[in-house]
Amino acid sequence: MNSEKQYSYPDVKGKFGIYGGKYVPETLMNAIAELETMYLKMKDDPEFLDELEALLTDYNGRPTPLTFAERLTEHYNKAKVYLKREDLCHTGAHKINNTLGQILLAKKLGKTRIIAETGAGQHGVATATVCAKFGIKCVVYMGEVDVERQKLNVYRMQMLGAKVIPVSSGSRTLKDATNEAIRDWVANVADTHYIIGSVVGPHPYPMIVRDFQSVIGRETKEQILKKENRLPNYIVACVGGGSNSMGIFYPFLNDENVRLLGVEAAGYGLGTGKHSATLLKGRVGIFQGMKNYLLQDEFGQVAEVHSISAGLDYPGVGPEHCLLKDISRAEYFSITDDEALEATLTLSKLEGILPALESAHAIAFLEKLMPETKKDEIVILNVSGRGDKDLNTIISKLNL
Amino acid sequence: MSYLSEYIAKLNSQNRKVLSIYLTAGFPDPDNFVDLALSVLEGGADKLELGIPFSDPLADGPVIQHSSYQAVMNGITIQKTIEYAEQIRKHTDKPIVFMGYTNPILSMGVKSFTEAAKASGANGIILPDVPFEEYDDFITEDFDGLDVILLTTPTSGVDRIKKIDNKSNGFVYCVSVVGTTGMRKNFNEFSLDRIKLTYQNVKKNKMLIGFGISKGEDIKRLSETCDGVLVGSAVVNALTEDHKNKTGFTKTLSLVKELSEACNF
Repeated sequence: MNSEKQYSYPDVKGKFGIYGGKYVPETLMNAIAELETMYLKMKDDPEFLDELEALLTDYNGRPTPLTFAERLTEHYNKAKVYLKREDLCHTGAHKINNTLGQILLAKKLGKTRIIAETGAGQHGVATATVCAKFGIKCVVYMGEVDVERQKLNVYRMQMLGAKVIPVSSGSRTLKDATNEAIRDWVANVADTHYIIGSVVGPHPYPMIVRDFQSVIGRETKEQILKKENRLPNYIVACVGGGSNSMGIFYPFLNDENVRLLGVEAAGYGLGTGKHSATLLKGRVGIFQGMKNYLLQDEFGQVAEVHSISAGLDYPGVGPEHCLLKDISRAEYFSITDDEALEATLTLSKLEGILPALESAHAIAFLEKLMPETKKDEIVILNVSGRGDKDLNTIISKLNL
Repeated sequence: MSYLSEYIAKLNSQNRKVLSIYLTAGFPDPDNFVDLALSVLEGGADKLELGIPFSDPLADGPVIQHSSYQAVMNGITIQKTIEYAEQIRKHTDKPIVFMGYTNPILSMGVKSFTEAAKASGANGIILPDVPFEEYDDFITEDFDGLDVILLTTPTSGVDRIKKIDNKSNGFVYCVSVVGTTGMRKNFNEFSLDRIKLTYQNVKKNKMLIGFGISKGEDIKRLSETCDGVLVGSAVVNALTEDHKNKTGFTKTLSLVKELSEACNF
């Protein structure tokens, strides 16, 4: 690592350059200050780290494999493609890396009730799961549109003992579920911890979620060095709020020769206005506690966004991604609904892995990336989750 | 001393608590909104809080969420909100304070917004998503001439209350409950101990209490621990009913009258 150019964010005010911060109602300031103090104390506490490590290993099933995608590599006949298998995490996606860490923090804070927002339902399931394991009351907010398109995950959360509250305000998707969760937290802050599912919201959340998800990148680095004895040339991950991508990018930020590529949802197409490509098409705004790129109209109203994938259907994006874009440390691209759908089939048929529609955006990006790569290069792709939850959507769209 | 502080002090010296009424700009009917605001002021309100509609009002409960959403749907922008303030100012000397979230302001440009807001004759602004920690980054010198009112809540400790009082201008907005805006069924939902503690520690400014107040009786019971009150959801709720039942401003003005009478002591 190059010590002169050490990257160190957020700063003491919780900012990533101009992004981030804590733009939340006064009622919450005490709670987020307590959370920050507790996290800073625990993040280097050997006992806390051992407990988390044990859960990640024995409960979550880490480390997840780094799989060489032999037929996918043959298919493109260019760089070697490896898949980081977060789809093999307990509950089927990377989200649980974060919820395990946060439930331990909630216990340390003495909180007796957990709330969460969810889009695709993966974060809701991961939260309901850790609440079941630790015997803590759990309430999950989910937009009505998402309740419909991710029905299976709603049943899973209910089976795990969580109460799922459908949200009917605004666009009835992830952003509205997040608004409701924040309002709940404002009203019940004394006994409630809010487990945010992505690298978004007020400081310290973008930092905490990034740190808990960084296990993905740390393992990846160790695994690729063991298999190939060198670092990859490219790392590809999808970006909604940005937690799986931040998790795999972060440990590589100081490795300047590793290109970090984030893939946003282009929905029906970037020109249609019906997409969720925040970093590519947004303007700087303040939303849900943070300064970030934001999809909004000319009057500063938050836009109604679209993606076939509920987990990417969000008008904001993590503040650290905004900084990484501005300083050109990461590059951002987009993939349409149709391209993502096709990629779910490609990976299923070539590798026997059915990816989540979110992850399929990263896979679809190979079509654009691979022709540019060389045979002696390495691409690592983060398969952030498995696609069982999306079967209904996939079946109806592809007329299977 | 600012116009707002002087105005509050003057009413207090005449044995009156200040009644501030919140209206969401352009709600329910964009066409007669100026008439509505003036009727509310003539009907007993001492001060107007003018809500800038926003798609994602985090600190608001269902009633104001709905009015804000409707106003956005009716095409009410931040520019239109400032125009309303300008038109209302032509007919009244009572204070006008904007209440809004940061994003529409950032989108318009802080400099353009503050210039237009000052030119409209408005006196101040309340920003529920700018806590003390973000004050210095968001509140640039462009805001000079516009009182920026900070909020305390029942979770603010004494040290914070003092810091907030010190930064705030015009008055301090004391949030009475732990939660979002909206009417409370039971008076015991108000955090009375915290309100009292806040009132004892707000020394530089006058203190107005808001969130949850819906009846004259609430004001009577809070009157010893504040210099005035802010009422929002109850009024917006009455307006919604008036609009639905096509009863003009009848229910709304009758509520304003009740609240206003409770402010005399």
